Amino acid sequence: MRTRRILSCSAVMVAAAFAAAPAAAWEPSKPVEFVIPAGQGGGADQMARFTQGVTAKHSLMKQPVIPINKSGGAGAEGFLDVKASKGDDHKIIITLSNLFTTPLATGVPFNWKDLTPVAMLALDNFVLWVNSDTPYKSSKDYLAAAKKAGPGKFKMAGTGAKQEDQIITVAIEKAAGVKFTYVPFKGGGAVATQLVGNHVNSTVNNPIEAVAHWRSGKLRPLCVFEKARMPYKKKVTSTMAWNDIPTCREAGIPMDYLMLRGIFMPAGVSQDVVDFYIGYFKRVRGTAEWNNLMENGAFNQSFMTGKEYVNWVAAAENTHRELMRGAGFLAKK
Amino acid sequence: MHGFSVVLSPYTLMLMFVGVFLGIIVGVLPGLGGANGVAILLPLTFAMPPATAIVMLSCIYWGALFGGAITSILFNIPGEPWSVATTFDGYPMAQQGRAGEALTASFTSSFFGALCAVIMITFIAPAVANFALSFGPPEFFSVYFLTFCSFIGMGREKPAKIIVSMMIGFALAAVGIDIVTGQLRLTFGFTELLRGFNFLIAVIGLFGIGEILLSMEEGLSFTGKSAKISLRVVLETWRRLPRFWGTALRSMVIGCWLGVTPGGATPASFMAYGVAKRTSRDGDKFGTGQMEGVVAPEVANNAAGTSALLPMIALGIPGSPTAAVLLGGLMIWGLQPGPLLFKEQPDFVWGLIASMYLGNIATLILVLTCVPFFAAILRIPFSIIAPVIVVICAVGAYTVSNAQSDIWFMLVFGVVGYLFKKLDYPLAPLVLALVLGDMAESAFRQSMLMAQGDLRIFFSNWLVGGITGLALFALFWPLISGLLARLRAPKARGATT
Repeated sequence: MRTRRILSCSAVMVAAAFAAAPAAAWEPSKPVEFVIPAGQGGGADQMARFTQGVTAKHSLMKQPVIPINKSGGAGAEGFLDVKASKGDDHKIIITLSNLFTTPLATGVPFNWKDLTPVAMLALDNFVLWVNSDTPYKSSKDYLAAAKKAGPGKFKMAGTGAKQEDQIITVAIEKAAGVKFTYVPFKGGGAVATQLVGNHVNSTVNNPIEAVAHWRSGKLRPLCVFEKARMPYKKKVTSTMAWNDIPTCREAGIPMDYLMLRGIFMPAGVSQDVVDFYIGYFKRVRGTAEWNNLMENGAFNQSFMTGKEYVNWVAAAENTHRELMRGAGFLAKK
Repeated sequence: MHGFSVVLSPYTLMLMFVGVFLGIIVGVLPGLGGANGVAILLPLTFAMPPATAIVMLSCIYWGALFGGAITSILFNIPGEPWSVATTFDGYPMAQQGRAGEALTASFTSSFFGALCAVIMITFIAPAVANFALSFGPPEFFSVYFLTFCSFIGMGREKPAKIIVSMMIGFALAAVGIDIVTGQLRLTFGFTELLRGFNFLIAVIGLFGIGEILLSMEEGLSFTGKSAKISLRVVLETWRRLPRFWGTALRSMVIGCWLGVTPGGATPASFMAYGVAKRTSRDGDKFGTGQMEGVVAPEVANNAAGTSALLPMIALGIPGSPTAAVLLGGLMIWGLQPGPLLFKEQPDFVWGLIASMYLGNIATLILVLTCVPFFAAILRIPFSIIAPVIVVICAVGAYTVSNAQSDIWFMLVFGVVGYLFKKLDYPLAPLVLALVLGDMAESAFRQSMLMAQGDLRIFFSNWLVGGITGLALFALFWPLISGLLARLRAPKARGATT
């Protein structure tokens, strides 16, 4: 193996030196396992299966991609599996925020540093939603009402416990001086439905989880947890586009939060393997289907690799640790 | 009508049969559930028009709904979680040489359940979708509570043994991550236990491996050898089926209701079996090979499985794991599920609904013609078929989450299943608690969070109050009916069980 890698490495150098052929140094020689540390039907699952589909449709890679769900223990099962597959060139994993929250909240022994970062595919937004039957037109109205009702009277539904939704909820509480009763559900779809059915007062669903209800007039977006407004100007409902939703900063909640949709690999893989996957995901991102998916889900289309990506992940880990420490969510050692 | 013109092209029809056939295989193999089957094939459908793709994928789902019963009846191994209740009477029937009858009854009931659900989807979809929205955590809990209560006093075993079995099930259901606090429970530091005990692993081990251990002890013989294997058995069974119309209707209502809310096909089949046992004239003979005991769960699980697609199309809420995968598919194809789908994509929606009619008819024809073939499997000597079953069980256990450790868990469950049967402990309460314990617990704790610990939330409106009341009534029914019986005939003792 080792000699082969060295050989292929030198092949790259030779090829690069002559710049004659594209550097096809390493290519998968068997199907690539795509681990999803979440259940079937969720956002990460959709993205992974989408990748499998466009890969097959446009022959973006010679070998097929096989998505496998390992959702146990809030995703710990998947991360531990990749951590244990040191040096496996045919295994990649898509992450969500549980890359940080699961080890911090449960103490399960893994860290992103046990993996090889490949690329950031996109970032997922979070929006504060209320039921459109309620009178709240802005986040100011809503938070004032929550404050007036008294601590714990307003209910916030979210996905899982001590994960991104609850972290955002705690941050809102701190910023606005209110107190919600946080009710955890299993998936984002169920969370949005609970809000449509008026069983809770608000949610912080991802755009793609709530867009259908927004378009049918059942939900109202109040603000997005981003530094700037979302760039999509195409009308989603008859009157509004994603771009028309104010940021929560504009509305007086100094909070932004984005969820990583990124790719990692097991530790101990060589750089040209990583480069192959970077190139591969660039091809995936180049398809028209990918652009559609991004627009439908109002994703933040940041793309990062290498050092820049590592720095981003390290900073994000610190942010999560701080937010979770503030909320008292860290596992007791 | 428009929908049928979408579906009735040779290409689509061919894919429909391919889907149904694959679905039956998926249903027969334990572990490889409908959700897995659809997820594996989903990316292959990218090159097809969405309407054609959904026809094929949903046909896999219909096939799996029908096929789950086959191994339940023949070998006491439920191919799918929702077929567990079918084993209670289906397997005894097969042992008595009536496998053909049991299979025919099961397939016909499945078709009836699915058909009723499709008719409901066709005509009253929006109203039903709104009903689904009125379900919050307290309502969900009351439904699970009702399922448990309608199951109390089911077996002939001692109540204490039923409770022990159920409690073991609850304990197993608690293993893994706790969704309300985000903490790990009962994993004792073993990473293999992180994902908890999957219900399918337990079922494959307890029923499949346990049954084989028992048969081995009894001298390597299956007792279903005299199974009739001509197609005439289908007609004969059909003549007897209309007698069970009452049970079929009740089960259909339960199934449609739980499919829409979305409680799912598994609780529906258990609840329907429990209700049928209570209301049937032959209720006390249930578990000994009553055809009615096959009809009830099969009508309910297909009605539930089919109507689970309604909230998916109309609201974007998946009513079952398979529906969740299909939902992901819709988004990948660029369709947005939700109330506007009917208006914006009529081709797609009506094509799907038309495929529900045709797909179910195709499945029914396919499985009924195979009844003699399935029944003939029982003629294969046990010494040949047993190793095959063990291998299939092991493959099934592995496919659930691609984990080697699950095969070991399956074997442990097999020994547990064997011991349970030897010691005369019932397995059904354990399975019921394992599959519903988790969901019931989350729903209860979510309700308690919302009500800040006030139990009155379970009576806070007519819907939740009604269901809770019904559940309490079912729970105390054995006592009430016992008291009534005692009042009427003071000398009859011990009727309280």
